[in-house]
Amino acid sequence: MNENRSRTETKNTTCYMCACRCGIRVTLQDGEVRFIQGNPDHPLNKGVICAKGASGIMKQYSPARLTKPLLRKEGSERGAGEFEPVSWEKAFEMMAQRLGKIRSTDPKKFALFTGRDQMQALTGLFAKQYGTPNYAAHGGFCSVNMAAGMIYTIGGSFWEFGGPDLERSKLFIMIGTAEDHHSNPMKMALSKFKRDGGRFISINPVRSGYSAIADEWVPIKPGTDGALLLALTNEIINRGLFDRDYLIDYTNAPELVNQDEESNEFGLFIRDRSNEVEEGCFDPQNKFWWDSKSEQIVANRTEGADPYLLGTYTLEDGTAVKTAFQLLVDRLKEYTPEWAEKITGIPAETIKRLAHEMGVTARDQKIELPIAWTDVWGKEHETVTGNPVSFHAMRGLAAHSNGFHAIRALSILMTLLGTIDRPGGFRHKAPFPRPVPPCAKTPKGPEGVQPDTPLNGMALGWPADPEDLFVDEDNEPVRLDKGFSWEHPLSVHGLMHNAITNAWRGDPYKIDTLLIFMANMAWNSSMNTAEVRKMLNDKEENGEYKIPFLIVCDAFQSEMTAFADLVLPDTTYLERHDVMSMLDRPISEFDGPVDSVRIPVLPPTGECKPFQEVLIELGSRLGLPAFVNEQGERKYRDYPDFVVNYETEPGSGIGFLSGWRGKGGEKFMQGDPNPNQWEMYAQNNCVYHHELPKSYQYMRNWNQGYLEWSRHHRLTRYVEPINIHIYSEVLQKFRLAAQGKRPGKQPPQRLRKRVEEYFDPLPFYHEPLEAARTDRHKYPLSAITQRPMAMYHSWDSQNAWLRQIHAHNHLYLHPSVGVTNGFEDGDWIWVESMHGKVRCMCRFSEAVEPGTVWTWNAIGKASGSWNLDPNANESKKGFLLNHLIAEELPVKAGETPLSNSDPVTGQAGWYDVRVRVYKAEDQEPGITSPQFDAVKPAPGMVKRAGKWLAFRGGSGLFKKLLPEGDHS
Amino acid sequence: MTQLALVIDLNVCVGCSGCVTSCKEWNTSGEAGPMPDQNPYRAEPTGTFFNRVQTYEIGTFPNTETLHFPKSCMHCAEPPCVPVCPTGASYKREEDGIVLVDYDKCIGCKYCSWACPYGAREFDEQSKVMKKCTLCVDRIYDMSLPESERQPACVISCPTSARLFGDVEDPDSEVSVKIREEGGYPLMAEWGAQPSNHYLPRRKVHIRVRADELVRADNPLKKENFSKLSKDEQSLDDVMSW
Repeated sequence: MNENRSRTETKNTTCYMCACRCGIRVTLQDGEVRFIQGNPDHPLNKGVICAKGASGIMKQYSPARLTKPLLRKEGSERGAGEFEPVSWEKAFEMMAQRLGKIRSTDPKKFALFTGRDQMQALTGLFAKQYGTPNYAAHGGFCSVNMAAGMIYTIGGSFWEFGGPDLERSKLFIMIGTAEDHHSNPMKMALSKFKRDGGRFISINPVRSGYSAIADEWVPIKPGTDGALLLALTNEIINRGLFDRDYLIDYTNAPELVNQDEESNEFGLFIRDRSNEVEEGCFDPQNKFWWDSKSEQIVANRTEGADPYLLGTYTLEDGTAVKTAFQLLVDRLKEYTPEWAEKITGIPAETIKRLAHEMGVTARDQKIELPIAWTDVWGKEHETVTGNPVSFHAMRGLAAHSNGFHAIRALSILMTLLGTIDRPGGFRHKAPFPRPVPPCAKTPKGPEGVQPDTPLNGMALGWPADPEDLFVDEDNEPVRLDKGFSWEHPLSVHGLMHNAITNAWRGDPYKIDTLLIFMANMAWNSSMNTAEVRKMLNDKEENGEYKIPFLIVCDAFQSEMTAFADLVLPDTTYLERHDVMSMLDRPISEFDGPVDSVRIPVLPPTGECKPFQEVLIELGSRLGLPAFVNEQGERKYRDYPDFVVNYETEPGSGIGFLSGWRGKGGEKFMQGDPNPNQWEMYAQNNCVYHHELPKSYQYMRNWNQGYLEWSRHHRLTRYVEPINIHIYSEVLQKFRLAAQGKRPGKQPPQRLRKRVEEYFDPLPFYHEPLEAARTDRHKYPLSAITQRPMAMYHSWDSQNAWLRQIHAHNHLYLHPSVGVTNGFEDGDWIWVESMHGKVRCMCRFSEAVEPGTVWTWNAIGKASGSWNLDPNANESKKGFLLNHLIAEELPVKAGETPLSNSDPVTGQAGWYDVRVRVYKAEDQEPGITSPQFDAVKPAPGMVKRAGKWLAFRGGSGLFKKLLPEGDHS
Repeated sequence: MTQLALVIDLNVCVGCSGCVTSCKEWNTSGEAGPMPDQNPYRAEPTGTFFNRVQTYEIGTFPNTETLHFPKSCMHCAEPPCVPVCPTGASYKREEDGIVLVDYDKCIGCKYCSWACPYGAREFDEQSKVMKKCTLCVDRIYDMSLPESERQPACVISCPTSARLFGDVEDPDSEVSVKIREEGGYPLMAEWGAQPSNHYLPRRKVHIRVRADELVRADNPLKKENFSKLSKDEQSLDDVMSW
């Protein structure tokens, strides 16, 4: 026992079995992982850990590990997975030569897309320094609607940016969330909330995951959340259950909007032009109210005035005006609960009851915390008030082409209840709230992209008006994915789901090199998977690939690595330095900013190299300014050195980590580089948590103290109120451009009507774009996916423990669907959309709305991938729904291709697909379809355990499975 | 008398399986290990797990409940697995009531798994020995661990703290209080094994809104002057001159 103990050591780092980033404590025995537990001293997970996190051992020792850089064998086809090992030096030479040439000629021909989006501080910096606009992470096909819809309304959003304050909430409504985003913190908070007597309502087509423990499950038809939210809002207003004071003090609801249809300023706020206002990325307050006391127009926030929320008025010059709130009320008139019942499948009485529960709880269970604070207008408040109704929503709302407006509607409902950044409601997490919209901008035209020059702007930004779009003189896209163009103007996370199709088609142009990091674009991360695989392998007439060079960096062999020309073996999360940076998406808490790090607990396996080191090496070899000194020599020894010493500008004092800055670690957020910063993180559970004074923890959109603190520490640029955009003037500006009522950038003719329709300053309900182009009689069902709690996308099928929980998937459907279509529980069936069909096994369920079929996402795998046996369940019984989902809308006559995405944000419309189901013929084989040729194991991969795996940490089993010569 | 056991709160369990793999990772390298996996990367993978979560649907749409139900050895007061064991490998500890298997004595006859009403025994097909939940007996008395961690791995990991661990014979213990106050029940008590693990049932919270709560004197709509006339609308005031 004692002998064992002496060989045991424990190290802290941060989990990466999903994107949640819990603190973990890893026990090693003889250098092998023996136990991974939640770190009890970590603010995020406080010691708990989920199924994925506790299975990290099997990821570390997975047979799918790549251990050597690989070059596709000359003459072999992409996708066949035939590789030869190559040295890192050769790999770097190849990349530096190729990328250097592109950079000197046309840098946009290099595209970098990353599945993982928590290294954006570095990947984004690399892309900007290189000078390519073609960079994005996976947000466009994940939940950009959630980020954009909320940030363009309240200046913050869910998950990393904010969330429900379940500590003090009384009523919690979760919409379109099965699990994850957040994972463990949500579980912890939900359990405590329920034990404290809170009421939990889940609105979801499926009752699984979190919904299982809801006090009430409200099944809803997919893609109709917007209709529900608008009807709820209508009922709340009609009953007078909104928080009037909150709307007046903190939103644009009472402000007057120009209603003169002849005017070029129709739909814009009436503004006081008599005083110059500073231009900046904030919303100037030079707007007006109609005062109920004096019955006349007054400057907003006039002392002693009490504005009408409703009404139509006429200005002295005859201009008709309405309050923004009146426009909302006008809009909501048609959206009655009875109307919504027909669309959502939720009885009107239920919708009304939910609205009453929300409204009465918010109004009658007010919280008053004895926390004094001062608002940005100088008014002192003795208390912080809370209306304890909270919400959480994620991909169920987001992954529809009507999601942006549904999420705007949700944000407005949350605001009407008076819950934004208040106890018991929604609370922000630093660096949010940020201005509506935030300041970062892309270049505004092709001149921002120049050879041998960093990009003149960010690759991703927040357009505030049409002039911010990234388009050429014909108003056509500069970016490969058509982000920030008139097709998807507010595509703030890019459109990774269209990058390959666009590059293949050469629309808007062809590229040379595509670098993919940690994204399975040949499988579950692509829509239209089978076709995308063909595109990756498609050639020009001259025999060259349509996408000439494809580099993939990943720790594991996958469907995607098989298509690469060059494969770069990444390390696992236990073998690397990482930062959860304030410059990216940190792990902040409601009470203040938090960032964290990973510190290796194990050496790299084989020749694995962290992707960050690859970027720093490449950046140095290419001479990208941020990575070299004035003499053009390499500036940073390695990634840890970069993290310590890099500053956003020389002397800015802002770097990747916010904790223990300054020479001795005495500063935070801003300060000189600290050579011992990593050690200080290591001594502090790998996390830096700055708890704000209580008076800065609420009402931060308008909290003078907080906003000054935030500016002082360079989180934001302005100390200006971040008022809530009930009415979005930003959207109206795009609409005016589409109507030809604005000088400057205007949509190309083919997109005018589209922009005019979808850039509505108020939320509206429309059918998802693809559903509107689908024969609903032929395809009567919605098909959706959910992520199981024990598996994160495709990351863990190679995990011996987790795959025993989900080795294959079924299509879940209501028994009535089976009866109608003549099959029984467990039968092999075909599920078919207008784009393709999949054969799979069905399972009857009473926990699904009868118009919906669903399955677990990404359990199905291509044969042989992830180094599973070619006959593994994942490929023979598992299936991928992606084959039924197109990345582009069905084209009508005369149309050019359009992404199957939200027309505002470019969010991939995963859940818009409509299907039919029917029984497979008796003589058909009992395996899923489509099947693909089995992928071969790559050279240097870890050996696969055979019939038995009897893991004992410290037994050295893994070393025995490493390829010859790699017993490092 | 001491009887250590788990109390599992079905009101908060979301079925994440954190307990399943935390158990596995602790115990496969612990005194009760290894816990082998058969066909770990092939078709039909299966393996030894001391704790599993089953999911049930109850009722019909739309009144469906989805119930996640974690299940492991109940550490019964009268464990049917013990008397059937021909070698004495299966035994119940006097000092804390934990039911264990002495692997050295086990001949793999599986009588105990047939006798167990809960299907809680896990046969190790590789070494042909019966294995099962030990309540992490190699953690809970390990004085080298901080006191807060001297608990089964499934308990410290549980994100919803749905798993409580303690002495169900001590009326003042947290688990006994929970069982008493929240309607804790043993699974299938009619089998007479007197299982020590207990489950806490689902508890629903409702909000009742009375009709008069929707009509209030301070309704903000009253601040909006709906009856106000615009300048071009007439009233009797405007047209009556006497």
